Amino acid sequence: MQESNLVREKKKFQVIGTRPKRPDGTDKVTGRALYGGDINLPSMIYGEILRSPHAHAKIISIDYQEALAIEGVKAVITAEDFPSLEDVTKKVGEGAVNIRYRSNNILAKEKVLYQGHPIAAVAAKDKNIARLAIEKIIVKYEILSPVLDVREAMKEDAPILLEELRTVSMGEKIDKPTNIAKHIQLKRGNIEDSFAESDIIIEREFYTSMVHQGYIEPQSVTALYNNDGDISVWTSTQGAFIAQQQISDVLNIPLSKINVIPMEIGGGFGGKVSVYLDPVAILLSKKSGSLPVKITMSRKDVLMATGPTSGSYIKVKLGAKNNGIFTAVHAYLAYEAGAYPGSPVGGGAVSLFAPYKLDHLLIDAYDVVVNKPKSEPYRAPGTTNAIFASESIIDEIAVKLKIDPIELRLINAVKEGDRRIDGPTYGRIGLIEILEEIKAHPHYHSKLRGKYQGRGIATGFWFNYAGKSSVYASINGDGTVNLIEGSTDIGGSRASMAMQLAETMELPYESIIPKVVDTNSIGYTEGTYGSRTTYSTGWATHNLGNELIRLMKEKAAAHFETEIGNIVYSKGNFTSSDKEISFIDLAKLMKGNPVTASSSIHPKRASPGFGTHIVDVEVDPETYKVTILRYTAFQDVGTAIHPSYVEGQIQGGVVQGIGWALNEEYIYDDTGNLVNHTLLDYRMPTSYDLPMIDTVLIEVPDPDHPFGVKGVGEVPIVPPAAAIANAINDAIGHRLNRLPMSPKNIFESINQVK
Amino acid sequence: MQNFDYIRVKSKDELSELLDKQNKEIKLLSGGTDLIPQLREGKKDIEIIVDVKNINEMNELSFDNTLGLYIGAAVSCLNICQDVKVKTMYPGLIDAISLIGGVQIQGRASVGGNLCNSSPAADSIPALIVHKSICIIESKDGIREVPVEQFCTGPGKNVLNKNEFLAGIRVPKVDPEFGAAYLRFIPRNEMDIAVVGVGASVEIKEGHITTARLALGAVDATPRYFDDVFEPLLGMAINDENLDRILDDIGQSISTRINPITDMRGSAEQRKHLSKVLTKRTLLKAIERASNQQEVN
Amino acid sequence: MNMKKFIQTSINNERVEFICEPRDSLLSILRENLRLTGTKEGCNNGNCGACNVIIDGVLVNSCLVLAVEVEGKKIETIEGLAGKDDLHPIQNAFLEEAALQCGICTPGFIIATKNLLDINPNPTEQEIRKSLAGNLCRCTGYDKIVRAVIDVAKISNNKGDE
Repeated sequence: MQESNLVREKKKFQVIGTRPKRPDGTDKVTGRALYGGDINLPSMIYGEILRSPHAHAKIISIDYQEALAIEGVKAVITAEDFPSLEDVTKKVGEGAVNIRYRSNNILAKEKVLYQGHPIAAVAAKDKNIARLAIEKIIVKYEILSPVLDVREAMKEDAPILLEELRTVSMGEKIDKPTNIAKHIQLKRGNIEDSFAESDIIIEREFYTSMVHQGYIEPQSVTALYNNDGDISVWTSTQGAFIAQQQISDVLNIPLSKINVIPMEIGGGFGGKVSVYLDPVAILLSKKSGSLPVKITMSRKDVLMATGPTSGSYIKVKLGAKNNGIFTAVHAYLAYEAGAYPGSPVGGGAVSLFAPYKLDHLLIDAYDVVVNKPKSEPYRAPGTTNAIFASESIIDEIAVKLKIDPIELRLINAVKEGDRRIDGPTYGRIGLIEILEEIKAHPHYHSKLRGKYQGRGIATGFWFNYAGKSSVYASINGDGTVNLIEGSTDIGGSRASMAMQLAETMELPYESIIPKVVDTNSIGYTEGTYGSRTTYSTGWATHNLGNELIRLMKEKAAAHFETEIGNIVYSKGNFTSSDKEISFIDLAKLMKGNPVTASSSIHPKRASPGFGTHIVDVEVDPETYKVTILRYTAFQDVGTAIHPSYVEGQIQGGVVQGIGWALNEEYIYDDTGNLVNHTLLDYRMPTSYDLPMIDTVLIEVPDPDHPFGVKGVGEVPIVPPAAAIANAINDAIGHRLNRLPMSPKNIFESINQVK
Repeated sequence: MQNFDYIRVKSKDELSELLDKQNKEIKLLSGGTDLIPQLREGKKDIEIIVDVKNINEMNELSFDNTLGLYIGAAVSCLNICQDVKVKTMYPGLIDAISLIGGVQIQGRASVGGNLCNSSPAADSIPALIVHKSICIIESKDGIREVPVEQFCTGPGKNVLNKNEFLAGIRVPKVDPEFGAAYLRFIPRNEMDIAVVGVGASVEIKEGHITTARLALGAVDATPRYFDDVFEPLLGMAINDENLDRILDDIGQSISTRINPITDMRGSAEQRKHLSKVLTKRTLLKAIERASNQQEVN
Repeated sequence: MNMKKFIQTSINNERVEFICEPRDSLLSILRENLRLTGTKEGCNNGNCGACNVIIDGVLVNSCLVLAVEVEGKKIETIEGLAGKDDLHPIQNAFLEEAALQCGICTPGFIIATKNLLDINPNPTEQEIRKSLAGNLCRCTGYDKIVRAVIDVAKISNNKGDE
């Protein structure tokens, strides 16, 4: 195992920074772990969903009498079975959602807005009967023209998706029908004067397509509406409490009636925060006479109808002085929200130049509905699109000014005390450290060998989020500690929680027994998103550990018949003058009378994340296929709790970024039909498309967090597209402004120029 | 998936008999790697699936010094690719057959199935064509032989009558003068369907090209065979300084003679361009193989 | 029309019998009838490898096998891999290298790795990458998976030398 990629000033931890096996590992390598679709309950029946074949249509009528008459069919529901909801906007995860839209997205009311939009659902005693019943439902549509491109949707005469939608422009509502849900503006300084004083100005347009999170586990929900009205939901979700909240909102049922039991989750990346199937399964269960109902999406359903992230159009104009200092930026971003408002364009607007000092800027950002599935967060939502644009332009400026690309970034990079472009002041951030580390790294100084090889660099940013977490613990009679948490373990967080508790309590990692539990069994905990879990849940765990030690000191004081103030705890032993008892022995003495504690936390802020990547590519000059030859990702990781999982987050993010850069895209025909709805033609990278992904973990600890943790999961997806675009330009002298940079798109781009 | 009946047959006679008397919609199952997804996507009209994998004669993979190679229609790609004789004598076939899916597909998919699925993008077909391979088609009425280039009649369509089945493919014996290759272009390195696939074969006698064959996949409604490409190459020395230019010209000419479509896997223009590029590359590889073969001998 | 078939087969060296319709995939029978949910469904279309099992020594996607086809066959699934006293070396290597994050693709990768090492006990990095190309992982970027396979090949080969 590699240790050399860790840049840390001094080691001061016992457990943190080691690489133990994860507590849930055995179950996951033996197939014993139960994921969303793995649950089988007595008397369980199966649900199936009827989905719209049209991208934009009015629903004239739905006739399901024939379906209901089929033997074995237990229930059929449509949107009519959902309560009518007011337009109320509620926080879901890191975004905000109008709950009426959320409800309509789960089962369409009056209109379908994208191909795959659910219309009705059936529960039957087996899947084949349920599928047959779905085919027997007769829906009459009035087909409308779809609008599939963000800029088309913004035109005055575009087909309107949501009749009542009005643009909220900088807080003001504009009273006319539109597809533009929101207009945000960031403004500072005077861009006209600053552009006038610039030595170089570059303005470019960029296009990106919708891409999907691509988790390997399709959504699967099993729900029981019990005879007493209590609801149980078994689901793989990034946040059980967030799912509970959405179910409560959509079905208008009190939170206390809904217990969400999180199953193991087979990937999420932002895509398993919003609910799709849960309310449907609950109502089917209710209508079936309290039989548990399981609904699992097909891969086609997942690609067609769960949230991808936005496609976008971005125009950026950047000015700089001959010495490399950026002068001003003028940018325009329009993001596809999909069928309902809520693209991550706001994040895109800020992240565009978040890594750099800029006093003069004007950025307009638009959230636009189109006839495609409602967009959902995808790892650093909105940021990859934006950084593809800004870091491509920065590279072009570096080439034109003949300044080393790392130097150019160093000249402009933000550091502690600088202001982010939208106002807030940065705390202890590590961008300078990253850039300095690259300058000293062998990859940066290695020679490229082929004529069509090139090297590219790009910096990425992500806000990182803190949020609310709760943890609970009890000390067992053998000196082990049960750690109960509400954070979905999506990639090893049981290990990192156990490690932070072990570190705090000066106990071996193995003596912590972490468990993720249902919403009835732990205090409110936000979802695993925003790179927040190791940070916030970890912080709560640290506080919990301190409390447990304090309580154990009380027990030790009673045992020694002294005051608590006389007890010293160190390395697993309680001492008082000449008396000593180990943690384990003290726990044994308390058998049947355990020490328990809980901790809830809501840190106000988390340090943002920065990462800079170097990539070497080779471009086939005839077929335009791009091969990744070498990749190194440098990131400020705060403190790496379990370095293997930190590296894994970075490697996984990089490869998702490579997929986005090179081949992944939603391809629609003119009628709004998603044509590449399989994993054959939605081309995610395979192992054979990649080299090893090298990582350099630079530890610049967060000064607030007890262990200096910073969120690491999201930044790594951000730089690859821009870095690869810059490398392709270095290789063949051609700049690409469209993602993906697939052989087809490169061929077309080059032939346009010719 | 709609319901259907499943019948497992143990011999070719049993199969002919069954195909002859059944008037229901029948599909033969060999590896199922194309058929099962098609059934799942809602091919509604199939009433009976007949599993032919357990017919011994259709799993025959044999080589005869006069007749050449015989590939039973149900032989898996994996078995072909692991066969030492095929590997050494028919590297151009291995080029194509080894590309049909990843490891998990290779163990199930068969060349016979690849042919009968009759996809314009099937990898094995251009390679079989340039090896002058023959489809052995059987029925209760007897046996008929159809050159591979005449087998497909449209996307998913072929010359098989309702009572017929593809029993195997015969690939003629190759001389030491012969060299063949197959190259395809895909956006990833695995797991994709060919955007364009090109098979080429040449014969070289005393350092001069005597014949050349070329077949392209994914550029038209069926795999395309070009029997006249050898003309400009005929008699040309393999070290001729004009070879490069001639190959470019052949590629250029091919790109104007195909009718590719624009779809999610590539545009028509891109396919024309790739046809040109791959025609040259594949011919070069075939020439190289033929020359190396002679050095070995 | 009742088309149900009675099938006898062997799964992880145990004789197993089940009743299925011809249209049922082996994957759905394993998961829903036999409750062997270690074999995962990712795409049901042969493109992700999450449902990999080994039938008569051949690696397959169980979503592309009809359950009726396995009459008289020998099937190996993830549930049969660990020994009585210890995990299989591949399972251990995946844990040691942190070669899984969410873990949904892991059973498929482990089965595919077993198939690879059975055929080629000493693969190069490129051979590993090529043979695992039919298995999609969206979390790890494959780096640690490939390292785990390299590790386990090394360990097994060293043991062979002793």
